[in-house]
Amino acid sequence: MSRRLITAIEIDGAGGHPAAWRGSEVDPAAILTGELALRAAQRAEAAGVDLATFADALEAPADVADRVSVRLDALGLAARIAPATDRIGLLPTITVTHTEPFHVQASVATLDYVSSGRGGWVADVSSSAEAAAVIGRREPAPAADTWREARYVVDVSRHLWDSWEDDAIIRDSSTGRFIDRDRIHYVDFESPTFIIKGPSIVPRPPQGHPITAVRLNVPEALEAAAEADLVLLPGVAELGERVAAIRAAAEEQEGGRPRGGQAGPASPRILVSVGVLLDEDPAAAALRADGAIRLDHIGGVERLADLIGEWAEAGVDGVHLRPASLEVDVPVIADRLVPLLRARKLIGPVGRPGTLRNRLGLRRPANRYAESEQ
Amino acid sequence: MTKQIHLAAHFPGVNNTTVWSDPESGSQIDFASFKHLAETAERGTFDFFFLAEGLRLREVKGKIHDLDVVGRPESLTVLSALAAVTRQLGLAATVNSTFNEPYELAKRLATLDHLSGGRAAWNVVTSWDAFTGENFRRGGYLDKADRYVRAQESLRIVRKLWDSWTEDDLVLAQATGVFAREGAGAFADEGAHFDIRGRFGLPPSPQGRPVVIQAGDSDQGREFAASSADVIFSRHGTFEAGQTFYKDVKSRLARYGRSEESLKIMPAVTVVVADTDAEAVEKAQHIREQQVSGPTALVLAELLWGRDLSAYDPDGPLPSGDPVVGSSVTQGRVGYNDPAPVVAEWRAQAAAHGWSLRETVINQQNRQTFIGSPSTIAEALNRHVQEDAADGFVLVPHLTPGGLDDFVDRVVPLLRERGVFRSEYAGTTLRSHLGLSA
Repeated sequence: MSRRLITAIEIDGAGGHPAAWRGSEVDPAAILTGELALRAAQRAEAAGVDLATFADALEAPADVADRVSVRLDALGLAARIAPATDRIGLLPTITVTHTEPFHVQASVATLDYVSSGRGGWVADVSSSAEAAAVIGRREPAPAADTWREARYVVDVSRHLWDSWEDDAIIRDSSTGRFIDRDRIHYVDFESPTFIIKGPSIVPRPPQGHPITAVRLNVPEALEAAAEADLVLLPGVAELGERVAAIRAAAEEQEGGRPRGGQAGPASPRILVSVGVLLDEDPAAAALRADGAIRLDHIGGVERLADLIGEWAEAGVDGVHLRPASLEVDVPVIADRLVPLLRARKLIGPVGRPGTLRNRLGLRRPANRYAESEQ
Repeated sequence: MTKQIHLAAHFPGVNNTTVWSDPESGSQIDFASFKHLAETAERGTFDFFFLAEGLRLREVKGKIHDLDVVGRPESLTVLSALAAVTRQLGLAATVNSTFNEPYELAKRLATLDHLSGGRAAWNVVTSWDAFTGENFRRGGYLDKADRYVRAQESLRIVRKLWDSWTEDDLVLAQATGVFAREGAGAFADEGAHFDIRGRFGLPPSPQGRPVVIQAGDSDQGREFAASSADVIFSRHGTFEAGQTFYKDVKSRLARYGRSEESLKIMPAVTVVVADTDAEAVEKAQHIREQQVSGPTALVLAELLWGRDLSAYDPDGPLPSGDPVVGSSVTQGRVGYNDPAPVVAEWRAQAAAHGWSLRETVINQQNRQTFIGSPSTIAEALNRHVQEDAADGFVLVPHLTPGGLDDFVDRVVPLLRERGVFRSEYAGTTLRSHLGLSA
């Protein structure tokens, strides 16, 4: 049986290449209106790409004259795109180090509502001095500390998403009660750095738990990745070993700390995350790639499809493509790469509207507070 | 000179003004409801759409309050989505300045402003209580007196960040490779509540910066609004109270070198419209009965009396005894600073009409601001504006999501006929709708 791979793209300014905004096909003003991102998401959706992630950090991009030094808040951008799409999953990057967990979970739940169950987030930390300075409340901390805290933030978010049972709203005219307060729960969550009473202000979101993704770009993020629904695994070196390490960490946690009896997968979906610049003409590709940050694939779609097949053999569940240019490479991904993957039976048909969980083959989690329904 | 009326649509809130038992009452959380009301407001060429906020579910006597609509989305995320389905309507988010940091507020609101082409507004609210603080890292930590200090400082810094780019800083020169001027967005600030520095990553939006709304009613709150706000969301909807408030706040503007036109006063009002005045009165009575069930009457009386009244029958007489000031029987809801005169008034009216507790609440607490036929309503609204009881209104419908359909279909055309309300948007930004300079 052939496995169906998950496909994803990253939306970041005009693309991952620092000079992408200078391309003749790009209107750089459309970065700020959100149109560039919208067009990329719609093109990807039309081709059947499963989800889009949105890059962000708490602090502004570096102050360099020839780079895109502006950035919209990823959550707002994803919400803007939600009503203009109906199949693609939307995962903005949201940092948890200097932000309020209660706001973060409410925002992600709301994204799930405005997208009718296609919401999620890439949970990230802020380790930089710049991020600490724009808030001014905490000193920058090492990755081990910020990622430890991030796991608590993800955990409390899931508690708060469960703090309303699915049937808490009863609209019972005979007693005058809008809700059954016995189906709304305090979470009384304590971690070393914060305490939250709950319940959430937002009723349980359509997916129960919106999709939590973690980008495994430092070793300290391993445990957080193992507890996520989705892992973005950058780079292709030693892929098999790294995938195995995530699965091992996930299994260890399953044994040591079951997810409150959650009907989750035994391990997260793992997507290899690769920077791509697509052009069949090697000279043109090299020219456009000039000065780029590291890209994992520069060249044609046939070769990339071959590689994706190999990565699948190494054990990944899908691929997260970070296009060098949204305006140049996303159309190639949508018009040529995705159909090719489909022809090779690496991915499924375009599919119909539905929740992101359904697309990813993940069950809607049971509510930890609900009375057992067996 | 004839003033132009400004109108805003308030998404129904989480108190008993919102009727959920009516067959026409839809979801308070599905995006379709927000879209419906926003589209209705845009069809009516309203100035803006308004979302309130609450950061903890209300409690009565230590338990989650279960009689009113509850459970709503996070404001800025919903408004960003509404930016996709509207083109000219302003989008106003209530966001707390106590439990958010200025940098984040500036970034998220500026993002909404860019995504909407210059239609964002921030309703700056403050809270300080430990009750709400239990949901946040910082906990409840502010003295009541400090909340405006922090709010003022927060707003000042947010505006500083919004102004941290000049109009020329965004270069976008593809040929020469200059995206933005280096140094744009740099900021540093040190105050009683904040000590921050760095770089802000968003240039001015098409309206320059988001509109600022303020709702405080205390002397401090009014002063804050006079110094810093573009719009006041007031609670003084009646004619006399409106005039008094209007005069008071506008008279404070000169001290800050501001013109009277630079601050719009928009009271929250409820409207009941029907074919005739008599039918509207009947409809209004019916709505109030829906709004105040027996249990709700008791809870509202408890808010006023400041103590447990569960032993009382809502269909019986008013509770005996004096109100308790500063009680915490109701949490997460604004109480009465001076309940005694209100209790005395309730007693007098109940005695005069022979009302039960519930009837008293129905008649004293929830009276709609404007009740009548379309022409009666249009005339009253216009009188309030022309005679300086208001510059416009924030309309609070009692039904989700169709609660303003009648108003837009029947009253708005009459306002347009009178030449006191726009027939189409003259500009694309919220500042333009409100007649505010950039």
